Parts: sequence; C-alpha cells; structure tokens
Amino acid sequence: MTVTENQAPAQPEVGRARRRKEDQRLITGRTRWTDNLQVPGMLHLAMVRSPFAHARITAIDVEAARKARNVVAVITGQDVKDEQGSLPNAWPITPEQVTPAHPPVAVDEVHFAGEIVAVVVARSAAEARDAAELVDVDYEELPAVLDLKEAAQDTVLAHPDLGTNKSALWVFDSKEAGTGGDVEDAIRQARDGGVLIEREFRQQRLIPAFMEPRSVLVDPTGEQITMWTATQIPHILRFLLAAVLGVPESKVRVIAPDVGGGFGGKLQTTPEEFIAMVLARRLGKPIKYTETRSESLLSAHHGRDQWQKLTLAATKDGTVTGFKVELLANLGAYVALVGGGVPVLGAFMFNAIYKFPAYHFACQTVLTNTTWTDAYRGAGRPEATFGIERMMDELAAELDMDPLEVREKNWIKHEEFPFTTVAGMEYDSGNYEAATARAKELFDYDALRREQAERRERQDPVQLGIGVSTFTEMCGLAPSRVLGSLDYGAGGWEHASVRMLPTGKVEVVTGTSPHGQGHETAWSQIVADRLGVPFEDVEVLHGDTAISHKGLDTYGSRSLVVGGEAVVRAADKVIEKAKPVAAHLLEASVDDLEFSAGRFGVKGTDKGLTIQEIALASFAAHNLPDGIEPGLDSDATFDPVNFSFPHGTHLCAMEVDTETGETRMRTYVCVDDVGVIVNPLIVEGQVHGGLVQGIAQALWEGATYDDQGTLVTGSFVDYTLPTAADTISFVTENTTSPATTNSLGTKGVGEAGTIASTPCVVNAIVDALRPLGIHDVEMPCTPERVWRAIQNASAGSVDETQRDTAPHFDPDQPNQDTPDPEGGAR
Amino acid sequence: MTRITVTVDGVEYSDDIEPRTLLVYYLRQNLGKTGTVVGCDTSNCGACTVHLDGRSVKSCNVLAVQADGHEVTTIEGLAADGQLHPMQQAFHESHALQCGYCTPGMIMQACDLLKDNPDPSEQEIREGLEGNLCRCTGYHNIVRAVQHAAAAMRQGTEAPADSAVPAAGPGAPEPATAGVGAAGPEMPPGEGAPVSAGSTGEGVTA
Amino acid sequence: MIPASFDYVAPQSLTDALAALAEHGDDAKVLAGGQSLLPILRMRLNAPSVVIDLGKVTELQGISDEGDHLVIGAMTTYAAVLASEAVSTHAALLSKAVATVADPQIRHRGTVGGALVHADPAGDVGAPVLALDAELVIAGQGGATRTVPAADFFEDLFTTAVGEDELLTQIRIPKHTGWGAHYEKFVRVSHQWSIVAVAATVRAEGGSIAEARVGLTNMGSTPLRATAVEQALVGQSATEEAVRQACARAADGTNPPSDLNGDADYRRHLASVLTRRAVLAAAGA
Repeated sequence: MTVTENQAPAQPEVGRARRRKEDQRLITGRTRWTDNLQVPGMLHLAMVRSPFAHARITAIDVEAARKARNVVAVITGQDVKDEQGSLPNAWPITPEQVTPAHPPVAVDEVHFAGEIVAVVVARSAAEARDAAELVDVDYEELPAVLDLKEAAQDTVLAHPDLGTNKSALWVFDSKEAGTGGDVEDAIRQARDGGVLIEREFRQQRLIPAFMEPRSVLVDPTGEQITMWTATQIPHILRFLLAAVLGVPESKVRVIAPDVGGGFGGKLQTTPEEFIAMVLARRLGKPIKYTETRSESLLSAHHGRDQWQKLTLAATKDGTVTGFKVELLANLGAYVALVGGGVPVLGAFMFNAIYKFPAYHFACQTVLTNTTWTDAYRGAGRPEATFGIERMMDELAAELDMDPLEVREKNWIKHEEFPFTTVAGMEYDSGNYEAATARAKELFDYDALRREQAERRERQDPVQLGIGVSTFTEMCGLAPSRVLGSLDYGAGGWEHASVRMLPTGKVEVVTGTSPHGQGHETAWSQIVADRLGVPFEDVEVLHGDTAISHKGLDTYGSRSLVVGGEAVVRAADKVIEKAKPVAAHLLEASVDDLEFSAGRFGVKGTDKGLTIQEIALASFAAHNLPDGIEPGLDSDATFDPVNFSFPHGTHLCAMEVDTETGETRMRTYVCVDDVGVIVNPLIVEGQVHGGLVQGIAQALWEGATYDDQGTLVTGSFVDYTLPTAADTISFVTENTTSPATTNSLGTKGVGEAGTIASTPCVVNAIVDALRPLGIHDVEMPCTPERVWRAIQNASAGSVDETQRDTAPHFDPDQPNQDTPDPEGGAR
Repeated sequence: MTRITVTVDGVEYSDDIEPRTLLVYYLRQNLGKTGTVVGCDTSNCGACTVHLDGRSVKSCNVLAVQADGHEVTTIEGLAADGQLHPMQQAFHESHALQCGYCTPGMIMQACDLLKDNPDPSEQEIREGLEGNLCRCTGYHNIVRAVQHAAAAMRQGTEAPADSAVPAAGPGAPEPATAGVGAAGPEMPPGEGAPVSAGSTGEGVTA
Repeated sequence: MIPASFDYVAPQSLTDALAALAEHGDDAKVLAGGQSLLPILRMRLNAPSVVIDLGKVTELQGISDEGDHLVIGAMTTYAAVLASEAVSTHAALLSKAVATVADPQIRHRGTVGGALVHADPAGDVGAPVLALDAELVIAGQGGATRTVPAADFFEDLFTTAVGEDELLTQIRIPKHTGWGAHYEKFVRVSHQWSIVAVAATVRAEGGSIAEARVGLTNMGSTPLRATAVEQALVGQSATEEAVRQACARAADGTNPPSDLNGDADYRRHLASVLTRRAVLAAAGA
C-alpha cells in the first residue's frame, strides 16, 4: 500500500472554459455521421412523394420501376399497410383530441405535399432515385386547406373522415385554477378607465434546418435489429418502434452516432425511420436512407405557426391587471410526436417574469394540409415570450413610458423568490434587476436613446430603433408528475452510470443524447470535480441504447439540469461504494475517512488511497470487506421536482432604412442568468447560436406555401438562413442566481438566446417606426414588409402588413363584446 | 464509365466512375473520405467545400470527371505531420463548432480566405464565409477563430498562445460593431485568452 | 441530389467542342463552370443525355488587352476577372458586379460566359455587360463567328442570341478607363440572388456627370438598360438632389417579377432608390 500524490486538478473543473473533447474528430473530418456508415449488402431507399397537398391515390404503377436496373423492391402503402403501423403522438393534450392515423407510407390519401406514397429499394442510392422517377402515381385531387384561420372554420377539411380540422382545445384559467383572478373582470375594469391593449400577432412557420440532413440505417443482421439514425431521441425512438411495430423492445437497438444538430427538428419518430425498419425486416437486408435537403425542408417537421390574439389589461400607471391569450396553432397534416403539446408549453410562460393578477390561456390546435409541426428550439416558449414582450412594448408606447420601466413595474423582485406565478409555476430563483442593470450598462442604453432622438429630429432616412426583451422560460423537462398531469406520454427523469475502470479511467454513461451541445466535455468536468479525477480520464458514452440502456434523451434544455444531476448522483454513489473498501484497506473506521480531491484520507494521518486505487482493488476483489460486491460502478436516476427557470434581459439596436425597408443590426447585448455555469465557453456558444436562430425568425426565415399547397421555400435558395455576412458579433454576459432544484445550481441554456431575441429585434424595428404610427410588422420583417408599413402609414391608411392583424378586434369579437363563455380562440 | 485519376490528400487514385458522379460522392463513397459532407442540394451550404488545385470549391458542384488530372485537398488532408492546421487549432480554441457538421467546409473555406487576404477585417472574414451555413454557432466564434488563425499564421506559430484578449490580440482587428463588440467579454471571465492545447491539457492532435 | 445518367465529353479545342455540339444537338448540355448547371442536374430539372465540358478548351480562357477593348474569354472564371487589374482599371463595373456573385467557392468555378448564356435575369453579369456596351462573340458551325452587341444578346428568360449549335467565345468590352463604377445589389441574405441590382458607371468631369451608363438586374426577363436615366444624368452635378431627380424614373418600362422576395411595385421603387445610390457611388459622391 502506498500513499500516492494527489492527481486532482488544482482548480475546480466546474466553471472552467474547457475546450471541448468532441472537437478533435469534428475538426479533422473523422466523424461518424449516419450517412458515413456502410454495411455489407446495404440497400438504399428513394422515396416517391406526393406533389399534391390533398389527394386520393387512385392507382400506382410500379412496374417500370421494378424492372429498372438493380432495383430490389418497390413498395406502396397498400403493400405494407398491415405491418407499418401508425406514427405515434405521445402527447394528446386533451382526452378528446382528434388525432388522424399517420401511416408512414400513405395508403389511400395524401394530406400534405411531400408525403411518401411509394418507396424504391435498390442497390445504390442513384439507382433507387432513377427508379423512383419511373413510379407512376394517379391522384384525384381533393380540396386542400392551407390557411390556419380558414382551417379553424371547418369549411374545407384536411381529413374529411374526421369531420373537423379542430384537434384539441386546451384551456388554463387562473380563476378556475385558483392561481389568480378573473381576467374578464380585469378587462372590464381596464376598458373603463384603465388601458386595454389588444393585438393579434403572427408566429410564422419555421423550419429547424439542422445542418445534417436526416439519415437512417437499419441492419437486421444478427439477433438485434440495429438502427443508426440522426436523432435526438434514441431511447424514445426505440420504445416507440417496439410499441408501434410489435417488435420486442429487447430486439431493437437504436444508435444515434454523431448527430449534426437538431434544434427540436430531430425530436421525432419519422416515417422514414419506420419505413427503413419495416423494409429491413421484410427483406432481411440492411437498408439505408439519407434525405436530400429539399426532402428535409419539405417533410421533416416544421415549427411555430400560430396566430396569437392577445388582450392586456392595465391601470394607467402601467400595472398589468390581466392577460388573456387566445391561440390558434397549426399542427399541419398530422399530430406529430409532441406537436399538440408545443403550444401548451407556452401556456405557463405568457405571464413571463411578471406578477399578473389574472390570466387566461386557450389554445385551439388545428389540422391543415401542410407539413406537420412540432418542436423547434424553444417550443412554445418563444411564442409566449414574443407575445408578452411585444405587448409590454405596446403598453409602454400607449402610456408613453420607457419600455424597461413598464417591465420593472410589473416584474417579480429578486427578494420575492421563490414566487408562485399566476400560471401556477414556482420560480425558484432569479434577479431581473441585476440582469437588466448590467445589460443597460453594456448597451449604453441612454446614449443610444439620444442618438435615436437626434435621428428623429433631423428626419434621417435611416432611423434607429431600440429593442427590449426580457424572458424567462420553464426548461429542464421535466418533473414526471407534472408531465403526467399534462397527459404527456413519458416521464421526465434522466439516468446516468459512472463506471470505475480498473486502470483508473472513468466511464460516464448518460441517457441524454447530445448533438452538438458538448455533453462529453461538460459531464467530464462535473465528474472530474466530484471524483477528483483528471478531466482527461473521464470518457462520456451516450446515444446507443445497448450502452446507455436507459434515458429520455436531449431536448427542452433538460440535459444538464436533469441529466447532469443524474451524473452527480451516480458519482456520489461511487464514492459511497468506495468508502467501506477504503476503510477496509486503510484499516480505519469509515467514520475516520474524509474524501477530498479524489482521495480517501484517514483523519489526522497522512494515510490515504485514491479512488483509482480503490477501483483497482475493488476490481481485483482480492481483499474486500465481507458482504461487499466487487466494483464501484453506480447508477442514478434523477427526477426533478421542478422546472428550471433561466432568465435574461436582451437589448438590441436596429437601423431601419426608411427608403428601402432594409434593416441592419447595430448592436446586440444580452445578460442571461442560467444559474451556475459548468463551462462558460459552451454557454456562450449556446447563447450565440440561439440568438441567431431567434433573430432569423424576426428577420429572415419563414416557410411559405403557395395556393396549391406547394412549399415555396423548399430549398436553401428560398428558405433564407443567415450567413456570417448577415450577422454581427454579440455582447453576452451572465448574472448568476443558482437554481435551488439541483445540486449544481444549474439552469438550462439551450433555448435562452432563441426565446428572447425574436421579440427584441421586432420591438427594435417597431420602435424605429413608431413615430410614423406603425405598431407592428409581421415576421419575418422583410425589407418589403417594412417598406409597405411605412408607405401605408404615410398614406394614412391601415398598415397593409397587418391585413390580418387588425390593431383592434372587430366589435363582434369576444374581447370587445360579451366574452365567449368557452374562452376559446376562433 | 469514365476513367479518372485524381490526387486526393496527397494520394493518387484511379477509378472508373459514372460521369454523373459528383466529386463529393466520389470522395465519400469511392474513397471513404467521409469528412467531407453533403448539407444541401442547391450549393448554398458549403458543407462540402474542398480545395481543387489549391482553391476552394463546393464539391457538390463539381463532377468527379472534372477533377480528372487535378489535385484535391479535403479536411482529412489538412493536418500535416500529425499537427493540426492552425485553422483547425483555432476552431478548437475558440469553440467555433458545436455539432460540427459545417465545420470541415467552414475550415476549408476559412483557409482559402486567408490565402487571398492574410490579415482580414471582421467584415472581410464574414463576407469570405458567405458561402457556408452554420446553424449552431451564430458565426460569432467562427469569426473569432479565423481572426486567431490569421494572427497565428502571420506569426508562423501553431496556436495564438498567450495573447492577452483574443479579439484585441496582436494584429487582431476590432469587431465592426465598433465600441460595443469590443467592449464585450470575448472570453468567459477568469479564463483569459484561448490557451494552447498544451495548457488545457487536451493535447488535441491530428 | 443525384443527376440522371449522362455521357460526358470533354473536347480539347473549340473546333472539337462545336463538333460535339453538332453531333449531339438537343440532347446535349454545355458545361462551362457548372455552378448553375450542376444544381439543375442534381434536382433533375434537366436530364441531358450528353454533357459537353468546355473545361479543357483553354483557348476560351483568359483576359487580353486589345487596345480600346478588353477581351474576356467565355470560360474565364469570376475569380480570374476579379484578379485582373486590366478589368478593374478599364471595366471597373464588371469587377464590382462580379465581386457580388454568389460566394467565393462559386466564383472560383463559375465563368462569365457560362453566366451570360445561362441568362438568369437575377444574375449579376448581364447588367454590367449591357451597361458597358460589350459585344459578344459567338462561334458557329464551320468556323464562322459573329459578333452581337449586348443590347441584342439577351432575348428572354434563359434565352440568348446563342443558337443551339453555337458557343459564346468572347466578351469584348470597350474600355471605360477612368470611369467610376458601382454595383448596388439588394438582397435579404448575402448568398441570395439579386432581388434588384443596379450597375452604374459614370465619367465625371469637374464635379458633374459627363456620361453615365446604367444597367438593371432582375427588373424584367432580361437585364435592362436605363437609357432615359443615363440621358437625364448627363450634365448633372453629382449631388444627391440632382441625381435623385434623374433616377426617379429608373423603373419606367421595366417588368419586374413578383415573388417571395418582393412584388413588382416594390422592385420598381427599389430600382429608383438603388439607381440613385449606385450613380452617386460611381460618381464618387
């Protein structure tokens, strides 16, 4: 027995800007993307997709395709209808939800342009594509319903057999829930002597547009069927493949190898995955399918797509007395995995950081003949934040107050935490004053306001607008009990194992499934601190259901706050397991041991053993105390008791060229409180990327259909992602209010930037134009929309960009007249 | 089938291929050079960027037969003698990648950019990368990485070690958003400059 | 993403290229830099049975100075144009426009001649070529060549004076030495095709405009020349107000498209604003 020198790092790993472990393979091109994988005898798929948004399939002639060179099979929906199952919806938001069946290959009818109607299996991808061109499908076109508001009228039906387009109405009312007052009372009082702001905002449809197109490879060779797939959710996918297709779960192994981004877009169980599985089993051969970018934009799920009708009641001093939210949310043609639930996640966030006394939320989900929608970065919470943060600006403008002052008047003060909101959430910690003060300082708010005044004064063709947005979100999905109460189909716990290898190296197995977030680095930092082992000695394994057998994957900014805590607990169990072994070997009492910096020392002596030495001794098992199992490996499953509530204050300055409508970002500052930071470099990167996605919603992106239901923005030529040349450098900082619901004190960061930046940018553009009488520009705020807003305002007419966003609701609308007893959106 | 002879990452290959074969598929499927990836079908994303006779091209937009008799360098041929290229090192140091899918193309284009302009301004870097899409990083740290690599390459060192503050390091230009961008914290407090691989202990080498 | 099958020929000379064209006729597509053709083939919007690659026809590459003209071979890449001091000195407008084409990778492969024959009205080469009064040299079967003024070259959307069995060989540009130039391109994101762009080149004399040439991109089915604006600019001082007047009707007679990036009326408005900006920048104001 020797006393070895302490190997532990001198400074704590948590908080350190470690360069990422993941990088080496990525910067040298030695990555395992699904499409890189090849298996002997692998066959390739090509999909035949419907060009029509809604049609009956009357005949499919596959003969020519079948005879084409190296074609192995051509499959239609009829051929596989009894074995392909129906794609699952894991979150029916009400018991009455109307949910159409979703066959992976359409059988009789297609319900959106891009739906798969036939599949060619061939020896090469090129030959599969060649043969797909030869499949002749006869369609009888049916009337398609594309517009969300029209769909809600039920005049044309997306699925005629269902008899309605309305899928579910989900309502929360603070009076009913006992969390607040009656919003209709507040509205009545505001109309009579207070301030009532009524607006309707459009959340356009977006496409997640992860950079790696989806790819799936299924190999049925051997005892288990192995699926490699570009997914965020290998565990959920495995469960659902088994549950839907009737394959024993133990016979299915799902591997998410290196995955190139997701942003919610790979939080899905896709038709392509199910088809590959069905055909691999049927043909007994490995099957691969990799989508093209056009196919990805067309058929991978889209995000957002809401109309928001909002009514904010306040007193004349700017104190909000009630907020009423009526949403229409477009599901697309089918109810996707958690599609219906996405807007419901917003229900708890429209009240944001504020102390509203009364709140009412109603969301009607609606089916249309468009691509299905589901989670996209932020999922429900960006929509909510946009709604309230635009409204707070409108309130400030109405009262001629500074927008930050109005917010401060209503926000929860730092000494009021923990705070239970009108939506029933308990916010554990935060400090909105601190984040806002720091943001103002970094931004030089007062100087920019002066410049704005000068430009207005001299009628500069380039006007300056200052945008403000605060945000909070509920992330770290989620307490299983809460998810259960919302009818979500799974729990929200996370699992981790820490394995001590005999050589002293540590393997961490996590149930989270990173696809760019840097878990390998961050989890190593956490474990290095906990166990007192070198950062370099920790290996993080994930994304393979045979290795990480238990987990609920990565989405909803959950990985660190839930999965990271599971890692902490598993590591702590390793120490607990090691303790009696150490005591035995050191011939000391357990009570006399102290564990510090990776070493068990006997108090008052220089005797000690490192955890690695104990790991080796425990592996050898030659000299263990009686009744102690060999090995220190430990598991933990953590189910959080609450969500995590990061927050932040974002400020931006936009220049608006009133001649062309062009906008240019001058400055963007954000100060986010994401709790205790494990790796500041990774946090900063998450914020930067989130900001650009949120800014892109404000300025550039929008999925658009033509009258026939064809996706016009079906390639990167038309779905305009910003480039480096379109964006600027950001100023990002953090304040820290540790979370109280996990031992590290962390909060989620993945969605923060995206949530706050969209309203911040739109508020800036509107702020620049407000003197012209403009109070909204529909997103994306294209130069043409901005120009038209200016033209119409100067012509004294109603802003044409708001054709459908009237500044005040029509007299017969519920907010102006007798409230609709259902409170439902129309 | 057409016979082509192409030198890729310093090795000469000869193959009979269909004329319709895109260079990117030839690299990936025939040669196993899967470091070069496909991100779109309209030549917008730049993920497939390689060097053809020393200049950047989108390898989805070149037929393999057009590369006959020419020389191709991919991300897999960038590191020399087991040492990362300064651009690869800078991407690592500056956290200029997250999912990493755009990274090979981004690095190849960034190297090309410095060939024309060894000391680019932030705006020149941004414009030089306009043919490459990234969905994760917001480009901020990619721009920083190119600044660091440019500085390192001008100094002929392997990494921009020991510079005081990255963006304001020797020769590194101020961000175009004058004042505000430069005032912001470029690196997390307490960490200071991007440090060399040795000092963070990761020892990333090719 | 995978083109349909085709045969490939790579002639080594113009004569062989023309012979290949004669042999394959309608079934063939000519591959210049391929930066527009390959996306079309990948999306299977076109499926020629033969692709004739001009990449090895070296006589079509290069830039030469022929006294009062610059002669640019049709297969000269954008990158070569940008690197040419002769072009930036004597036809600065072309340099400025080419600098905005797509992105660096595409400029390394794409050719000026390929873009002109492709004749996408949103392309950035047509307007400057038109504004600079260039001439296009076209080779036909049997060694015949003809020269077409730029004004007659662009016939319609994706249609030029180059016949099915002909090839564009040269772009001859009269030198505009000492002329200021500016290409004002309006896009929403930088890698987009022009929503509208204006190519302006101006000869200034003592603070006023002696001569001006203005071409418009994506304001109709072909590049257009704003001759009325050019005339109105002559003799004007290079000031915001004077130029504004002259450029006000830049969009007269145009027929711009309406699409995702803008309706026709918006494009007409943009044309006048961008023309003013381009002219002022070209005049060094």
